[in-house]
Amino acid sequence: MKKWHLIIDVEKCVDCNNCFLSCKDEHVDNDWPGYTRPQPRHGHRWINIMRKERGQYPLIDVAYRPTTCMHCEDAPCIKASRGSIAKRPDGVVSIDPNKAKGQKELVKACPYQAIWWNEEHDVPQKCSFCAHLLDQGWKKPRCVQACPTGALKVEYVEDAEMSRICQADNLEVLQPEYNTRPSVYYKNLYRFTKCFIAGSVAVNSSGVVDCVEGAKVTLFRDEKKLSEVLTDNFGDFKIDNLPENSGPYTIEIEMLGFEKATATVEITTSQNIGTVYLG
Amino acid sequence: MGKGVKRYTSNTNGGPVFVYVKDGKIIRITPIEFDEEDAEPWVVKARGKTFSPPKKTTVNPHTLAWKSMIYSPDRLLYPMKRVDFDPNGERNPQNRGISGYERISWDEALTIVVNEIKRVKKDHGPGAIMNGSGSHHTWGALGYWLSARLRFFNAIGWTPVVHNPDSWEGWFWGATHHWGQSARNGGSETYNLVEDCLQNCEMIVFWSSDPESTSGVYGAQEGTVRRQWLKELGIKIVHVDPYYNHTAGLMGGKWLAPKPGTDSAMVLAIAYVWMTENLYDKEYVAERTTGFKKWQDYVLGKEDGVPKTPEWQEQETGIPAKDIRALAREWGRKKTYLAAGGIIGFGGACRTATGTDWARGMVCLMAMQGLGKPGVNMGGMQQGTPVDTRFYFPGYAEGGFSGDIFGTGNFLNLYQRMPNIVTMNTVNQGVPRLKIPEAIMEGRCEGWSADAKTIEGQFFPFQYPSPGHSPVKMYYKYGGSHIGTMVDTNRYVNMYRSDGLEFVVNQSIWFEGEAQFADVILPACTNFERWDISEFANCGGYIYHSFTQVNHRVAVLQHKCIEPLGESKSDIEIFLELSKRLGLGSVYSEGSTELEWCKRLFDGTDLPNRLSWKKFLKKGYYVIPPLPENRRDPVSFRWYAEGRAKDTPEPFPAPADYTGEYRMGLQTQSGKIEFESSSLKRFDPNDPDRPPIMKYNPAWEGPHSPELFAKYPLQLISPHPKFTFHTQSDGKDSAINDIKDHRVLINGHYYWIVRINSSDAAARGIKENDLVKVFNDRGAVVCAAQLTERIPPGTVHSYESSAVYKPAGEPGKSPDLGGCINLLTPSRMMIKKSHAMAANSCLVEVGKWGGEESVS
Ligand SMILES: Nc1nc2c(c(=O)[nH]1)N[C@H]1C(S)=C(S)[C@@H](COP(=O)(O)OP(=O)(O)OC[C@H]3O[C@@H](n4cnc5c(=O)[nH]c(N)nc54)[C@H](O)[C@@H]3O)O[C@H]1N2
Ligand SMILES: Nc1nc2c(c(=O)[nH]1)N[C@H]1C(S)=C(S)[C@@H](COP(=O)(O)OP(=O)(O)OC[C@H]3O[C@@H](n4cnc5c(=O)[nH]c(N)nc54)[C@H](O)[C@@H]3O)O[C@H]1N2
Ligand code: SF4
Ligand code: SF4
Ligand code: SF4
Ligand SMILES: [Ca+2]
Ligand SMILES: [Ca+2]
Ligand SMILES: [Mo+4]
Repeated sequence: MKKWHLIIDVEKCVDCNNCFLSCKDEHVDNDWPGYTRPQPRHGHRWINIMRKERGQYPLIDVAYRPTTCMHCEDAPCIKASRGSIAKRPDGVVSIDPNKAKGQKELVKACPYQAIWWNEEHDVPQKCSFCAHLLDQGWKKPRCVQACPTGALKVEYVEDAEMSRICQADNLEVLQPEYNTRPSVYYKNLYRFTKCFIAGSVAVNSSGVVDCVEGAKVTLFRDEKKLSEVLTDNFGDFKIDNLPENSGPYTIEIEMLGFEKATATVEITTSQNIGTVYLG
Repeated sequence: MGKGVKRYTSNTNGGPVFVYVKDGKIIRITPIEFDEEDAEPWVVKARGKTFSPPKKTTVNPHTLAWKSMIYSPDRLLYPMKRVDFDPNGERNPQNRGISGYERISWDEALTIVVNEIKRVKKDHGPGAIMNGSGSHHTWGALGYWLSARLRFFNAIGWTPVVHNPDSWEGWFWGATHHWGQSARNGGSETYNLVEDCLQNCEMIVFWSSDPESTSGVYGAQEGTVRRQWLKELGIKIVHVDPYYNHTAGLMGGKWLAPKPGTDSAMVLAIAYVWMTENLYDKEYVAERTTGFKKWQDYVLGKEDGVPKTPEWQEQETGIPAKDIRALAREWGRKKTYLAAGGIIGFGGACRTATGTDWARGMVCLMAMQGLGKPGVNMGGMQQGTPVDTRFYFPGYAEGGFSGDIFGTGNFLNLYQRMPNIVTMNTVNQGVPRLKIPEAIMEGRCEGWSADAKTIEGQFFPFQYPSPGHSPVKMYYKYGGSHIGTMVDTNRYVNMYRSDGLEFVVNQSIWFEGEAQFADVILPACTNFERWDISEFANCGGYIYHSFTQVNHRVAVLQHKCIEPLGESKSDIEIFLELSKRLGLGSVYSEGSTELEWCKRLFDGTDLPNRLSWKKFLKKGYYVIPPLPENRRDPVSFRWYAEGRAKDTPEPFPAPADYTGEYRMGLQTQSGKIEFESSSLKRFDPNDPDRPPIMKYNPAWEGPHSPELFAKYPLQLISPHPKFTFHTQSDGKDSAINDIKDHRVLINGHYYWIVRINSSDAAARGIKENDLVKVFNDRGAVVCAAQLTERIPPGTVHSYESSAVYKPAGEPGKSPDLGGCINLLTPSRMMIKKSHAMAANSCLVEVGKWGGEESVS
């Protein structure tokens, strides 16, 4: 049986909000009987775009992470729903708008905070995967259609094929510790979950300061070498994918003709260590 | 579509769309996905790879908000009159913006307006009626302000509001003098650059350029996929912008954040490194440019004793000297594209006090690197796709059915194809847009005309009022954006509340901005409620062939998808009704309906060679196929770099503007890129604002204005809003308000955002989403604070163009809760001899807001 999956590439998201707006366009003021009541004009974020800035001026990066209902295989919302939420054979987790009437507690049942309460219609609501459109033959939901960068993609495939894609493309799920087996996968999630150490290397030769290109920057943890990069023409380096709050690291900077420089860095979150001068 | 759903087509500022309608109501608006019969996309081969865009259109966020704007609670659905305005008695102008409105009939409204038109002409004489619009409009070649509106006002005689070239500003008043290009307001040629860039370029410098937010202009998200190819090819990227903008966010690369308005110092230091380290194209400079020695003397400090070293610029820009040396060296060695502004000729830096210097500097730098050689050109993959530029379809600036052969691009390429009655304004008077308040409240002002025909077209000052003309007594305002978009805009509010204006009528779609200051309001409908015809991203005029921003040229028949809401009418219908009452009915319409005009315009394009009117009407769009690879346009300036006759397909400069043989060389007097400008030498060689060579001249509002800087230590930039198209789609209860990075909902009100570095915020005790007052002597705006590392300490960022003006107390004299950041920007002209805004040279202070109604 083929199932719908959503793949979200964090590095391709430009925060245009086309997904968010097309979701509103599709659902605000439109009633899709059997699928979902109209979304309120304001307040709901069935696709919720989160922002993450890392580092400090001027060595920073920014990423955006759209977050929808994960259409879980083992969905806590279904268990809590007394039959009003079901996983369809095509993988879509769907709230029955009639059966779920009044069930405000379902908002709390979702660990991903993907369920929203509709005061006017007295019903919990969330991303429906635009099932009403898929059932009419649409090849993708509204948000995916409007995404200009390919940050959002759907795969309508068998489980085995999806496992293969996950492997091949290195996909992850959000908060795997919830154990809900999401059908929504992420690429480049490290931009949200991991952190970096960045800095610049320069040299002051008789009063003139210049960037040092090609300096070797090595990262150590308890004397164990973790990685090695070269500085670019601005003397900048960036070592990424480190766990947050992971404590002390040592950095060694080597360049032919200069004394080795070292720095220690305490990692809580991403850090720009500033300019290191070689002497 | 089944189930009673019909699918129509329309077009917007952010791309063409399918419109799904059921039971007379729009249910959804989506991008257009092409079908099998539509043309296949172009393919570019570069460095062993092939690149081709997806077979669909993209749209901007503001396009996807349209349904919420059509059904906005702020729609004007009936004609209205201010309750205490009596055309035959007390007019109470002082109550504009305060007293409420009452519904009146169309007949009453039209009668008041027609009577006022006749009265002011009779009582005061020619020129008494002023009209102005925004720069932008709901999409469509016929309904546009350059079409329907001009046709009407030309018929009654009017004082136009004369636009400053706000999008180009520094390019128009500055760059033109070095490379000509006056017909593009100083911007660049833009042909076949995507292919050249992919094939040959090694580095791109995005300088004051955020196409991921601005889409060039009208370009939807078409450039995004192309910029992703740069990553695939490993092309190096640098961003020069005080804000870590969204293009930087998506693409990464080196970020240099100069203090606003100091870029020209950085330009000089880059040139200094090139000059002292032999990193420039000496042959090109010798053969293709003039005046280099003069500029070199200035750069090296021989003229004024100050060498423009990277260390020197560091004091001005705040960028470490080492970074500038590194940039200059890399740029000197690598084949580099310069993306100056979202399209070449824009950029927030061109709207600073030093905007002319920056734009001039951009041209000078490229002249040193061999502009036009393979891989050395202007652009950031936003313009210059290999679409077919030969297929004729007019852009909106060609003037639609205006019949205005002088004030639009009509004469150049539409009039001959769609004959219609010529219209002509007989009033020889204009009011500079940035000085409307002075014109009304002080009764006089000076402007500088922005005639783009020649380089010298900008050397003509004009006075208001004109000799023998009436001062303006009636303001017929079309749209209501100026409080959000012009500069020092409490002036505009105060103007409305003065008795200088006897009558104000506003023709708008929504009750917003200036509409709240009118005596009579005429409700217009959106383009989804009327017929029109247009092309994706084709504005024509100053941005000739602007559609090279898109991946597929798409001509669109804009269906009348639904009936106008309430009693609103199309602008054309409103003008026609007024015309009829003035005996001008057939003069205005020529007896053609709006749909018949669409057919007349269709017949003037190249479309009839490809498909029938019937087919076009039914399908709603046509994709203009790209030309085969061997017939693509030549690359911009390649002809120039190689010393050949100009072979790019733009019809300017005018033949008379060539010095030597026709098509040989540029529009400048020498025909070359001039480091020392001959036009400025002729005009005023001693003008300190605009000397013949580009110099660094500190901004008149900024760190070099000591007293002001002590009081207001933060430099505010106000670039173009990412999610809305200026005021369009902001406010009005539109879906855009819910975007986290657009407005923030606090205590039931959607507040505008000011972005501030975490350290500046900490020093002021400001936390994320605190309500703060951004203020200076000109006014105060209440915003939600966003703490960020995307802006360096000392600079703050807030988009321009709030559609909402909501004073906490008396209009014009109290903090604005709406977010009109332009209440704070200076109204001083960029340079004295210009009509140019410098909104990005603005000093402010930011502090927590405690609900007070005072400004500082
Ligand atoms: N601080 C700062 N200020 C700036 C700039 C900046 O960079 N910084 N940039 C400047 C630039 S480049 C520009 S172009 C200007 C833009 O400034 P404006 O041109 O003033 O802004 P728009 O929002 O485009 O104005 C369009 C108006 O027309 C109305 N309108 C649109 N369609 C229709 C229609 O079909 N019928 C009727 N009757 N009305 C319609 C809209 O409601 C709106 O009021 O802003 C300038 N201001
Ligand atoms: N979404 C959206 N798109 C638009 C528009 C819109 O309103 N909304 N408006 C359209 C119009 S009319 C125009 S003219 C274009 C404008 O297009 P641009 O002029 O290119 O756009 P801006 O956002 O004004 O400026 C681009 C960048 O310049 C930076 N900047 C500001 N001051 C300085 C400075 O002093 N130095 C440097 N180096 N950079 C600086 C800003 O941070 C910004 O990222 O956009 C068009 N596209
Ligand atoms: S994300 Fe939440 S709402 Fe969606 S399926 Fe899982 S538990 Fe249910
Ligand atoms: S799939 Fe449909 S319902 Fe879900 S976020 Fe996307 S547009 Fe909204
Ligand atoms: S539409 Fe795509 S690029 Fe735009 S915000 Fe959504 S996911 Fe990101
Ligand atoms: Ca070079
Ligand atoms: Ca200057
Ligand atoms: Mo503009």
